[in-house]
Amino acid sequence: MKSGLVYTETVVHAAPEQFIADAPYQLAIVSLEEGGRLTARIDGERVVIGDRVDFVEDRNGIPFFRKA
Amino acid sequence: MRPVAIIGIGKTAFGAFPDRDLRSLAVEAGQKCLADAHVSPSQVEAYYLGNFAGPSFVGQNHLAPYIAGAMGITGVPCTRFEAACASSGSAFYHGVSSVAAGLNDVVLVAGVEKMTSQTTPKVTEILAGAGDTCGEVRAGATFPALFAMIARRHMYQYGTTREMLAAVAVKNHENGAKNPLAHMRKVITMAQALNGKPISEPLTVFDCSLISDGAAAVLIAPLDRAAEFTDKPVKVLGVAQTSDYVALDQKDDITTFRAVVTAAQKAYKMAGVTPQDIQFAEVHDCFTIAEIVAIEDLGFVKKGDGGPYELAGCTRLTGPLPINTSGGLKSKGHPVGATGVGQICDLVYQLRGEAGERQLARHSLGLAQNLGGSGATAVVTILGAV
Repeated sequence: MKSGLVYTETVVHAAPEQFIADAPYQLAIVSLEEGGRLTARIDGERVVIGDRVDFVEDRNGIPFFRKA
Repeated sequence: MRPVAIIGIGKTAFGAFPDRDLRSLAVEAGQKCLADAHVSPSQVEAYYLGNFAGPSFVGQNHLAPYIAGAMGITGVPCTRFEAACASSGSAFYHGVSSVAAGLNDVVLVAGVEKMTSQTTPKVTEILAGAGDTCGEVRAGATFPALFAMIARRHMYQYGTTREMLAAVAVKNHENGAKNPLAHMRKVITMAQALNGKPISEPLTVFDCSLISDGAAAVLIAPLDRAAEFTDKPVKVLGVAQTSDYVALDQKDDITTFRAVVTAAQKAYKMAGVTPQDIQFAEVHDCFTIAEIVAIEDLGFVKKGDGGPYELAGCTRLTGPLPINTSGGLKSKGHPVGATGVGQICDLVYQLRGEAGERQLARHSLGLAQNLGGSGATAVVTILGAV
């Protein structure tokens, strides 16, 4: 399973049209253990820079991570 | 390479104009510019137009000849440049290139965007098209979200605070209130800026530039012909356009825009000046954090010192290095495709001594920095009084 560290994050309040129903939602750039970075949604508890996160699942092509 | 001069400028007001269409705005700016240089449409040898998303915002394509024709300019190359928010900066770079190379003498470079006919969520979605739609945008990133993530990381690495971001907004509104062509001509307080509606944390509505309609144009020609058109030419001392990856998550360090750093280095070298020589600048404050990153990347302050520099008031009209005397994108407005050329016009107002209440005492060397997306395109221009 993919894991990584939160490189940066934000909570989006003003969403684009297709994600209005999801707002507010947390978005993070995750530095993956295996190398590289990925922009992902955070499921559940809010995270801050440096937090360890684990991959949960892909939903409609969007990767979701959760605080480890 | 031939030296190039700006021989005329023209701008519409920036704002929300429900009764104006895209073409009429671009035509107004173009005609004002031609009148400023006493040039007739038949003398224009090329029309270079910056526009980000006319097809999405208003459903019109083939924009350059569409607008040029309405001004009576036909039979010459008319080309649209798209580089997100740096669209007209890019048009300017290529216009200068063509004059410097000797392909053309008199080139009209313009920018236009008509944004306010769409709802804010729709505008947010169209703007997001300047990001990576297969990655960050698909995951739900908006432009405020991308810059919010830059802000968070900048805060984490350098101790930048919410107050430092707010200081940028307060200062730019202070300047914009003095600009008759600005979209939002009102001052705001630090308390207002800190307590705005959250858009994408930590950014509030007061950290975000405005959704605006507007157009701007400049006329360029070889420096040795400038006197035929104007007694107040402005010299293009340096101009450079560079690029970087589109997706924010592909950049090693998101607290700096590598494209800005490299464009600045090239422009300084071409102009034969250093960052310390620059007297004033228009920088791309699409978000407050972007102004802080810009003044660092341009070499005005050390990396990490941008926030404290802004908070100390050093970038105000009365400070040692006035930044965004026009009010910036924050207060003047940000009709995306018009912004790059709009910045050039704002430098020219200062260089010619025509900036009214905002006029600076030292106004012979200015710099403009135009950013596309989250830093995939950067254009840096250095202009000097002749």
